[in-house]
Amino acid sequence: MIALFLLPNMLIFALFVLIPIGLNVAYSLTGGAEVFLPDRSFVGAAHYARLMDCTNALQPRTCRDDSFWTAVWNTLRFTVFQVSLMTVAAMITALILNRRIPAKGLWRAVFFFPVLLSPVVVGLIWRWILQRQGLANLMMVEAGLPPVNWLTERGWAFAAAVGVSVWAHVGFYALILLAGLQAIPRDLYEAAEMDGTPPARVFWRITLPLLMPNLVVVITLAVIRAVQIFDEAYVLTGGGPGTATMFLTQYIYETGFASPVRNPGLAAAASILMAGVLVVLTLIQQRLRKAEGR
Amino acid sequence: MKTTVTALLLGSALATGAWAGDVRMMWYSDGNEGEVMADLVSRFNAENPDIKLTLDNVAYQVIKEQLPIQLAAGQGPDIARMTDIKKEAGHFLDLTPYLADPAYWQTNFGAQMDWMRPDGSDAITGFMTQLTLTGGFANATLFEQAGVPLPGEGATWDEWVDAAAKVQASQQTAAAMAIDRSGHRIAGPMISEGAKLIGPDRKPAPLDDAGKGFLTKLIGWTADGKNLKDVWVSAAGATYRAGADEFINAAVPFYYSGSWQVANLSEKIGDGFDWVATGSPCGAAGCTGLPGGAALVAIKSTKNPQDVGKVMDWFAREDIVKEFSERALFLPAHKAVLEKGLDFKTEDPHAKAALNMFVKATGQLTEEAQQIPAWTPASDVYAALVKRVGEAMAGELSPEDAFARIDADIAEAAAKVAQ
Repeated sequence: MIALFLLPNMLIFALFVLIPIGLNVAYSLTGGAEVFLPDRSFVGAAHYARLMDCTNALQPRTCRDDSFWTAVWNTLRFTVFQVSLMTVAAMITALILNRRIPAKGLWRAVFFFPVLLSPVVVGLIWRWILQRQGLANLMMVEAGLPPVNWLTERGWAFAAAVGVSVWAHVGFYALILLAGLQAIPRDLYEAAEMDGTPPARVFWRITLPLLMPNLVVVITLAVIRAVQIFDEAYVLTGGGPGTATMFLTQYIYETGFASPVRNPGLAAAASILMAGVLVVLTLIQQRLRKAEGR
Repeated sequence: MKTTVTALLLGSALATGAWAGDVRMMWYSDGNEGEVMADLVSRFNAENPDIKLTLDNVAYQVIKEQLPIQLAAGQGPDIARMTDIKKEAGHFLDLTPYLADPAYWQTNFGAQMDWMRPDGSDAITGFMTQLTLTGGFANATLFEQAGVPLPGEGATWDEWVDAAAKVQASQQTAAAMAIDRSGHRIAGPMISEGAKLIGPDRKPAPLDDAGKGFLTKLIGWTADGKNLKDVWVSAAGATYRAGADEFINAAVPFYYSGSWQVANLSEKIGDGFDWVATGSPCGAAGCTGLPGGAALVAIKSTKNPQDVGKVMDWFAREDIVKEFSERALFLPAHKAVLEKGLDFKTEDPHAKAALNMFVKATGQLTEEAQQIPAWTPASDVYAALVKRVGEAMAGELSPEDAFARIDADIAEAAAKVAQ
């Protein structure tokens, strides 16, 4: 009887998750530009070997597929910067929104509003702001400062990709932390206040430990989202300048679909390697949650 | 039961994507040709009530990136306007059995038939909606204000860039020149310098000194701020970017693109400033642009080939090609229309002069340049050029490293041809 109730869900899961994963694995083992699997020739692990063909993986230009390793390191760098910044920003936002401030509802809506925007819209808005003759440079010039090539200098473009991503998603993570903050019993704070505990000590000894389960969720979700970064960064910088903001998902998209030299098998192999990383991250999250539970 | 059967029939009919008489045409526009086409489609539908022709206007990016996937998957529209026609030729329908008079097509469009059919085939798959030629445009007003004379006929790339750099310095423009982020756009100047892209066996040739020479100059012009960096570094990989808006906004005095921009520039610049088409600057081996164009092709997966044949016959008519070309400001590929001459429908003297300049420039095409449109690996070579030159312009690769990477990518393309 239980199996009968589970069957519809399992069928949908198989149709939209298991079968596509199987197909992706099959594609990664075949070569050519053809779309239909039967038309493609079996190449075994050739695509994986090509992706791993490196003299020194720390230096992408020594790799046969330098674009892949460039994208890997860009994604890693992006994840470290974006998740760190996002977590701190979400924490500060949540702490402020948890205080007794005027128009609290309005401020919560303001911070959450970018989450509701389409990533493409986010990318376009910021592209208009940061382009050579955009709003940011107009304001800089008005203020007597020299204009900055936000999107054509490697460092600035990378910082813009990180910053825009944080701006777009911080509201969501702040909301998770806010829920955690509101679940912390008030009497703990009252006791600390009666003991004359300084605010910093209250934060480190009460707020942070009790917020840890929410923080683990925030960090895990943020890491997974960061590894999958594509849409807003693609619209904002197109992966440029050069390959400074080309992330793994864009590499997969371009290799499999957008490039005139399409290679769906190579793209599938790269996506499976990326999925492997995400599985590892998810397992780490589960471990952390279990440890938290103990 | 009856309802179920009806629903199944309805579902299967929708799944085929086409009712008898339904023809979908995927179209993109650079200038006003979409409006002209919409008008012609209305007239076609009025004259042919048994066929319902629908025009789907999409962005050029969709034609470049999504349509090839649809074609490879056996999907897509019945007819499409495309530019990567040689590469996708295997997906096109041979219209010969569905045309009223195939000989008319051979006579009038025969010169470009090989551009849109597989090597060795004699299929009629479509016709060119326009012939294009890459070439430059200069902002004559900025040159005049700077007191710099426009370089004359036979001026080299160096002379053009030097003159434009003087205008840049005088008029404080963002850069001296812009060139589209496209392998097709930089291939012409490379060939002008004497580069051979096609090897003796028709496989892609490794970069030669002439090709490297132009690319080294281009990367250098970008590094010292003469070539507008934004167009090339605003994307990674082989993504296409046009620099037209920079020229329209007077951010650069010289812009290298092609004849398809004439209507766009005419419409958007208006009387903002005076502009002229310059043809292609010269190199050591010539002053060639690269010919090409967009074709209207029938797609093999169509469920209504008879109707597609009728639609194609109607749009290939001499009077229709003439009207379309005159209103869209395009150079037609139709032999009889070209022989009888055109009266372009524009009051803009800049546009008329520019079109005449491009017609004149067709006389300067080198043999190598004329072979490119019917050469299948061209788009693979363009992709390698754009990707690596873009990385060199962004400062990630030295020119030498970029050339080594281009050669490796070209060798892969050559291996593909060998297969």
